[in-house]
Formats: sequence, structure tokens, C-alpha cells
Amino acid sequence: MITRREFLQTAAATAAIVPGGWPRAFAQQRLRQADLMRFDSLGNVTLVHIADLHAQLVPVYFREASVNIGVGDAKGEAPHLTGAALLNRYGIAPESPEAYALSADDFTALARAYGRMGGLDRIATVLAAIRAERGDKVVFLDGGDTWQNSYTSLVTKGQDMVDCMAMLRPDAMVGHWEFTLGADRIKELTQSLGFPFLALNVRDTEWDEPVFPASTMLERGGIRLAVLGQAYPYTPIANPRWMIPNWSFGIREDEVRTEVEKARAAGAELVVLLSHNGFDVDRKLAGRVAGIDVVLTAHTHDALPAIVKIGRTLLVASGSHGKFVSRLDLDVRGGEVKDYRYKLIPIFADAIAPHPAVAAKVAAVRAPYLAHLSEVIGRAGALLYRRGNFNGTLDDVICDALLAERDAEIALSPGVRWGASLLPAQAITREDIYNATAITYPAAYRTAMSGARLKEILEDIADNLFNPDPYYRQGGDMVRVGGIAYTIDVAQPIGRRISQLRLLRTGAAIDAGRDYVVAGWGSVNEDAHGPAIWDVVASYIAARGEVAPATSGHVTVAGG
Amino acid sequence: MVRRLNRREALAAGAGAFAAGLGSATGPARALNDYAEQIAKFTGGRTPVEGRVKLELPELAENGNTVPLSVAVDAPSGEGAHVQEILVVAPANPNARVIRFRFSPLSVPEASTRIRLAATQDVIAVAKLSDGTFFSASRQIKVTIGGCGG
Repeated sequence: MITRREFLQTAAATAAIVPGGWPRAFAQQRLRQADLMRFDSLGNVTLVHIADLHAQLVPVYFREASVNIGVGDAKGEAPHLTGAALLNRYGIAPESPEAYALSADDFTALARAYGRMGGLDRIATVLAAIRAERGDKVVFLDGGDTWQNSYTSLVTKGQDMVDCMAMLRPDAMVGHWEFTLGADRIKELTQSLGFPFLALNVRDTEWDEPVFPASTMLERGGIRLAVLGQAYPYTPIANPRWMIPNWSFGIREDEVRTEVEKARAAGAELVVLLSHNGFDVDRKLAGRVAGIDVVLTAHTHDALPAIVKIGRTLLVASGSHGKFVSRLDLDVRGGEVKDYRYKLIPIFADAIAPHPAVAAKVAAVRAPYLAHLSEVIGRAGALLYRRGNFNGTLDDVICDALLAERDAEIALSPGVRWGASLLPAQAITREDIYNATAITYPAAYRTAMSGARLKEILEDIADNLFNPDPYYRQGGDMVRVGGIAYTIDVAQPIGRRISQLRLLRTGAAIDAGRDYVVAGWGSVNEDAHGPAIWDVVASYIAARGEVAPATSGHVTVAGG
Repeated sequence: MVRRLNRREALAAGAGAFAAGLGSATGPARALNDYAEQIAKFTGGRTPVEGRVKLELPELAENGNTVPLSVAVDAPSGEGAHVQEILVVAPANPNARVIRFRFSPLSVPEASTRIRLAATQDVIAVAKLSDGTFFSASRQIKVTIGGCGG
């Protein structure tokens, strides 16, 4: 709950910043925990879902995408809606708490007013309240990307997250970035969880045998329900395969079908797919595999305030970074979902009271590192964010750092969807830098690359994002670039999307036959060399004090 | 002197965590070999009819050196026309001919193996039936070149 004093301070500070008339709207829409969690319960089962926490134990700012282009069937459809189009589709008032949580519009002003979102202790409060209300009807499922991408999760090899999540007692989870801890560590952690780590689509490469359980059968609200788990299908391609050399992934649609049939045959009245496929892949899958009642989606970080229904299948998109908890009440009778009610509960950190025991646990796991994490390195000279199909301002700063610190002509930074945002004038701490860079393969390499190769890379990655078939479109956002400009026509096929490649420093067209010095990070190759990216970024910021995008790449989008 | 990344490294480095580089940017249709002639030789110049053949490959190869492939033909076995052979060709491999399966009249026309693929391409399977008809299927697969080092 915001205290009266905090509220007045916030409102006063906001009055000077936000568009006219807005502070009154804020006053009328003061956030209360009870309002955020209000729900008219329904039926005999309640699914509670979180996904893509990316190891963010404490609240963050996270600006959603302002550019999220859908291609093929997904064009103009949720979740490929941003800004006003998104607000209009769901009837959300501009400048409202929901608008702040779900869109990028007026982000800085709204962030100053509504504050940070997330925090595992706040999530625990919401979960505890739902359990208190619904008792044995509740299933709590973790959609994965939970154990990596913060400093503490990196240095404890996921132990901080495992220990904290244990207090929330999930019924099952799935994974993606978890696998970047390496096969041995994953096996070690998953064996001691006390709940299943599901992955029906992971097999060993030698005998094609399952590595993890495919599903778990639960009894809730008087019915039997099956939860099937799907790991991120392209983990060994998008992340280092050498860390999980004996495991093979893939979408494995036929295996999903088989598991659904097995679950039904074993008496499941409700079949839930806990998936890390990404929304568009799940949308296609739901249209092709019969018998799945609910798909709890993840990976693509979409936060949708309503269910997307594909045939009889309900698709849930619960956002990322702890910003939301999904609650889906289901009336299941005779092996069918007769009715449902859904709410994407926004976790406003100033409005929802921390769960005391979880807050204490979070503080305890962070305590040994707090001094290091709190060290101020510099200051944000602009709103720094990452999420979106193309360069975010935070990526621009990282690319600037690579260009400067690694003395390169061109910088490449991975198009991951995680990474918290920083408001203008906000102090940048070491923790903030880790929140944008913490991975187990952080080498900031420096290499020579021909212009032809650069073009080829951009084409390949663009196809991973804009292929008309979702099963080939499983990828992240576009690689972030520094030092160059290009035009992309997303509607073209592979090999024809990228044009007008220019080197910004000279303005000259990129020469296919010439070698350029390229710096980047996140190489999946085992022997990539270079300093850790967080040190590169910290050194760059420390030398300047205040940072905003400087020599950032320029992307012109056509065909969207 | 700066170290040169191989293609796999460069792609992965550029693409990073979610968007790894995939396959040949020149597109799946690029043919480097005589796959069309190989098919023509197999069919005796007849054009296969698309259909009845089910060709299974992953959408994306995790490792181009060992890609699981299975092929099946929807045709009656034991009586009437049966599947005699299935030819699999890879238009963007150095050598088009990947594998040729032979079946007896009593065989179920299904086979699985692992194949090696050099680049993103449309792999093609052609089935020859005992009545002299030919059926085919093709399937696109994206391959990270040099992905063996991953």
C-alpha cells in the first residue's frame, strides 16, 4: 500500500511532469491491493501462472515494447499490438495504471507516478491470498526463465531463485535460460526442487530417451488435471549447445499430441500445457493439436489482459519480470471447460504489501552481495529500455560501450527480451548493469567480419523473427546494432529483407568484400574471448558519468 | 590482429540468446548440385506428384551434422501398388543424393535415419511405386552452417 505521505510526494512530483489533467486522474485511480486482486471466483480450478521472471527478485521498471510487429497470420493481432492500438483493443484508458503496465506510452511520466512493478515478495502476497480464498482448487505454475539474468542468480548458479521460489511452492515449472546453467547443474537443481521440472520436448541425443518428466497429474477441486511441460524448443541453437551437449529439443508437435492423449487416457479432465514455446508458436500449436484446454504461454514476454481463444483452447500470456500474475478460474465438468474467468493481475510494488517471510528470504539471499550491487556507476541521461523488435536505448548504450571500449566499427548486441528499464536521471547501479547483461557466457568478443557476412547475419536473424510460419519464427527480437544503419522490409523473404546497410562513421555503404571490426557479446561458441560484457558497460558508463544513446544504430522499418 | 569468428560464432554472437543465426541467407531454394537430374534419373523423367509422402524433419537443425529424418508413404502394402523405393535429396548439399530406401512388397513404407545437411534448404523425398507412379514431398529446414562447433 502506498502510504499517504508517499502518495502525496508522488502526486506532487508527478504534477510537474505528466501531461495536463493527469494528476487528477491519478488521484481518482489510486491503487489499492484489494482492487488489484479483486476477482469474482468461478468454478472448481484456479490456475495461477507467472513466467519470465528473469531472476528479478525485487521490483523493477520494465517498459513494454513500442514496436512488436506481427507477420503472416499474426499481423495486427494480439500480442502484436502496442501503444494506442493495444489500449483501444482492450478498452484501457490512456495514463491509467493498466496503460502504464501494458504499454510503452508516456512511460517515464507514468513510471514516476505508479512506481516499480514486480517483486517476488509481492507475487507471494497475491498467491497467498488466492490460496486462502480458493484452497485446494489452486495450481501454481512457473513458465520458466526464472533462474537466470540477475547478478545473484549468476553467482549462485540459480540457487537464490530456487530457494526463494520454493517458498511459493510451485506445482511444476519449465525452462529455457535455466539450461544455460549447464546440464550438470540443471540436473542437480531439478532433482531437489520438490516439484517437477517438465520438458516433454527434451530427449537425449544418443537414445532419444526423455530427460525430464513430460507431465504431472494433479488433483484439484475434485478433478484430475494434467500439466504438460514444454521447454524452449530452440535452446541448443539460441543458447550454447556445448552446455547441454547431449540434449535435443524442438517443438515436437507429435509428442505433444501423444502426451495429450496419454493424459486424457489416464483420466485427466483438464489438460494444461505449461509452455515456453513463445506466443506465436503456441497459437499455431493450439490450432493443430486437439485436446489442450489451456496453454500458459511464455518466452515472448507478452502481457495480455484477456484470454486469446484458439478453437477450444485458452491462451494465457502473463508478461515478464514479475510485473504480472495470471489468475484463471475454470469451471471443469465432464472433461470440459464449461466456463472461465481471467485476470492479469498487475503487481504494483508500491500498492501490494510484501509477503514478510518471502521478503526476508529475498533480503537474505541478496545480503552478501548488496554492497557490490548498490554501487552507483553513473546516471541515465535518457529513458533506457530494451524491449521491442529493434534497438532499445539501453541496447544503444551497450553498443556504444562495445564500440568505444573494444575499439570497433560495428557493435552487435543480442536481441533478448529481458532487461529492466531505467528512468531519465536514475542512478545506474552495478545491479542495473547486470540486469541487462547477466549470462553465463558473457565474453565481449572482438573480431573481423566481412560486409557480406554481416548482411547474412542480419538476414538470418530477421528471418528468425519475421518468418511467416511461426514454427520458424521462434526467435527473439532483432539483433541490436551499433555503428551501422540499415533498412528492413519485414514482409520480404530471407535474403531480401535487409538493404541500405551503411557505416555510420563514414556514411559509406557497407562493402560486401571489406572486413570490418565487429564487437559483440553472447556468443554461443565455447571459445569466445573477451572481457565480460558487464565490465565493458560499467567501464564505459563510469568514464562518462551520464549516458544516453550516442552512436547508436539506425533502423528503418518497411513492410510492417 | 583480431580473431576471425566462424559463421556459427558470428551468427550466435550477433543473434545472442534468443535469435540465433540460422541457415543460409541466400534462401532455401539455392541449389548447389544436380538434385533435379538425380530425381529425373530416379523417376525416368516423370514428374512426381506432390502428396502421399510424409517427410519429417525438425524446423531448425540443432546440429547440421546429424539431423533426424523420417519418411513414410501413405500407400497400401502387400497388395496392389506398393512402395518400392524412396529417394531423399538435399539441393544445397555438396552431393544431392542423401539416401535411398528400398522396400519389399510386404514392407511398411516407413524409414528413419539421421542425415547431414550443409545449409538451409528444402529437402525432397520422392517415392517410387510398383505401378510406375511417383510421389514427393519437400520440407524446409534451417541449418546453422558450421554449427558443429557449437
